[in-house]
Amino acid sequence: MRQRLAGQLAFTNFVVWGIGAAVLVFVIVGSIATISKGIYPPDVWASFIIFGLAQGSVYALIALGYTLVYGVLFMINFAHGEVFMGGMYIAFYVARAFEESGLLDANPFLALLIITIVAMVSSMVIAFLVERIAYRPLRRAPRLIPLITAIGASFFLQNAFRGLFGPSTKVYPDVDILKGNWVLFGVRILKTQVLVIVAAVVIMIGLYLLVQYTKVGRAMRAVAEDKDAAALMGINVDRVIVITFVVGAAMAGAAGVLYALLFKQVTHTVGFIPGLKAFTAAVLGGIGNIPGAMVGGLFLGIFESVGPALFFAGLNIPAPNQLKDVIAFTMLVMVLIFRPTGILGEALSEKKA
Amino acid sequence: MKKAKYLGIFIILIAAVALAACQPATPATEEPMAEEPAAEEPAAEEPTAEEPMESAMPEDEWGVIEVAPGDPVRIATNTVTSGAGVDVFGINQNRFAALAVEDLGGEVLGHPIELVAEDTLCSAEGGQTAASKTVNDPSIAAVMGHTCSSSCVPAAEIYAQAGYTMVSPSCTAPSLAGYPDMATHQVSFLRSVFNDLGQGKFAAEWAFNELGARSVATIHDGSPYAQQLVQVFTDNFTALGGEVVAAEAVNVGDTDMRPVLTTIAAAGPDLIYVPIFPAEGGFIAQQRADVGLEDVPMMGADGLQTATFIEAGGDAAEGQYASGPALPESDAFQAVLDKYVAEFNEEPPAPFGPNAYDGILMIVDAIKKVAVEGEDGTLYIGRKALNDALYATDGLQGITGSFTCDERGDCAFAQGIAVYQVQDGAWVQVTD
Repeated sequence: MRQRLAGQLAFTNFVVWGIGAAVLVFVIVGSIATISKGIYPPDVWASFIIFGLAQGSVYALIALGYTLVYGVLFMINFAHGEVFMGGMYIAFYVARAFEESGLLDANPFLALLIITIVAMVSSMVIAFLVERIAYRPLRRAPRLIPLITAIGASFFLQNAFRGLFGPSTKVYPDVDILKGNWVLFGVRILKTQVLVIVAAVVIMIGLYLLVQYTKVGRAMRAVAEDKDAAALMGINVDRVIVITFVVGAAMAGAAGVLYALLFKQVTHTVGFIPGLKAFTAAVLGGIGNIPGAMVGGLFLGIFESVGPALFFAGLNIPAPNQLKDVIAFTMLVMVLIFRPTGILGEALSEKKA
Repeated sequence: MKKAKYLGIFIILIAAVALAACQPATPATEEPMAEEPAAEEPAAEEPTAEEPMESAMPEDEWGVIEVAPGDPVRIATNTVTSGAGVDVFGINQNRFAALAVEDLGGEVLGHPIELVAEDTLCSAEGGQTAASKTVNDPSIAAVMGHTCSSSCVPAAEIYAQAGYTMVSPSCTAPSLAGYPDMATHQVSFLRSVFNDLGQGKFAAEWAFNELGARSVATIHDGSPYAQQLVQVFTDNFTALGGEVVAAEAVNVGDTDMRPVLTTIAAAGPDLIYVPIFPAEGGFIAQQRADVGLEDVPMMGADGLQTATFIEAGGDAAEGQYASGPALPESDAFQAVLDKYVAEFNEEPPAPFGPNAYDGILMIVDAIKKVAVEGEDGTLYIGRKALNDALYATDGLQGITGSFTCDERGDCAFAQGIAVYQVQDGAWVQVTD
């Protein structure tokens, strides 16, 4: 840090830090104004935080996919949002079948479990195909090429789903047992949100255990560390890469079902914005870093939910929720100004960069 | 050295792109002449035709459309045909436009009518793209479109600069007709639909008197249509003695409405006024229950009055209200409706289809008035003459009522406004 300051007090650094400082001041003033005016009672703030946690859990699960792929391939898989959408879309038909047959009401947890498994499997298949067709042939190409291919794959998948299933909005059926809310310490929490948060935590713990304590996980970590050395150690790098894609996709498929429980509407473009936000979350937490993706996702979700009310309401800015995206992306910029490798990111080594 | 070379190439590329983009719009007078290499009338090449009688081609400030014998008269139907929840508007309007062409016999003055469809995406960017594409086609006589006010606003400017007349079947934002400031009115803009000044007033009066609401929370989505409608509603509602307890906004494409609804719940309104589109409206309808607002009805406007809202909202959409164009009671309308149902096997899924039908009627009627036929059968239509003829429309009978245009481009003063409610999964008119 000191080295950087001493080294280059170039004009651009100055301007960037100036912007960062200005935004920080604005945010602090806004927050103080809102809290001192007492516009919202504490239980409303708690509601905001819970919404943010639920939304953030979904972002975190998708962000894990981005971060895992970046870790092994140093490439941003822009088609990941569509993998998320694909799982959700195909699971919709299963959900509708269950609703019609009555299984959704009779045995909801079994039905949800099957829907989740179908979503995860669909996502895994889509990711596997994309990796095999779009990314593997470009393994040796300069880094920009797979990036463009990823964007192309993303558009292809969106329009393929539109062509196959039509542009109309599909609406997930209501699950009766998840209707309504619980009241905890005076704070109303939706049952759906509890399910989403709990499920996300369970899945993330599962992933962490997979990566830390299994042979497959060790292979993934080795390939992420140094691909050539891992190959020399006898690890089948191609297979590990496929496994990484597939694990990330499984997370995205599960995230798809959770998202569908929260928002219910599914179209072919539903993966685009959450995919973008999840990528932001992954970068925020430190790309390539698994706990970073989790932290980044939750952070982003809470910021989007609490931010508009906290920063803008006190300054009497009307309709602050319109500026939700502004807040999310400004926060990303701020974190990158003050901590360029992300919240939990490690300094990039020469080779990785 | 290598870096300098790349930098140089980069700067040249940027300069080339900038020059290409910044070209001034080619004046309308030169366009049709330049684009018609097979000049049937050698006299037409002369830019100054002193004796219009001689060459038989009328002189027109904005340019002349030449339709060769046997060629179709082309009318652009620029509507929104893709996009979650909003595609039904454009698809419906295109169908009604096709029915209008059929009912006119498929031809005008001996030339077949051809409808050229373009997708406007219900957004400013989409409207701009569609308009730019249309004005680069000199064979387009006029435009029936756009659907959404957000795409009409930039498009109207592009059309006005190129001299293309547009008749919109559903852009209801008051600013397009120069309310409150005439500067926002474009010379070639007309609409075959009511002005939101009327719709907002009607909705506010109905909410206050019929529904008994005294406190309202409004939500708009940043589009000119929604913002202006909320403004009109607020002005009228407060004038009646009601109070707007929360004025919020969301973005088009937002999915999580719970924070906004929580803020509104804290204010305790009797009614939520949401003149937005079906996708966001569906989320609001469903997520109201999550914050304790399930007993507070929501009222939308014509943007919400579609089959897609009922789909998106599911059970939560039942019992909600929306204002929109009143269904005409004339026999002419009923006949067209029966034809629609027979051909497409469904009821119109969105409002403003009949306005598209009438838009085509207006355009074709004006073409009949100003078109001049050359000796060899070529039809000449002056663009400004067409525009003036449309503005002079007086008492033209369409299926939604009679059309008389004022100097601001509003033509549909005879069209009624009604309030609808979702009952048993369908929109039912609840006012007479």
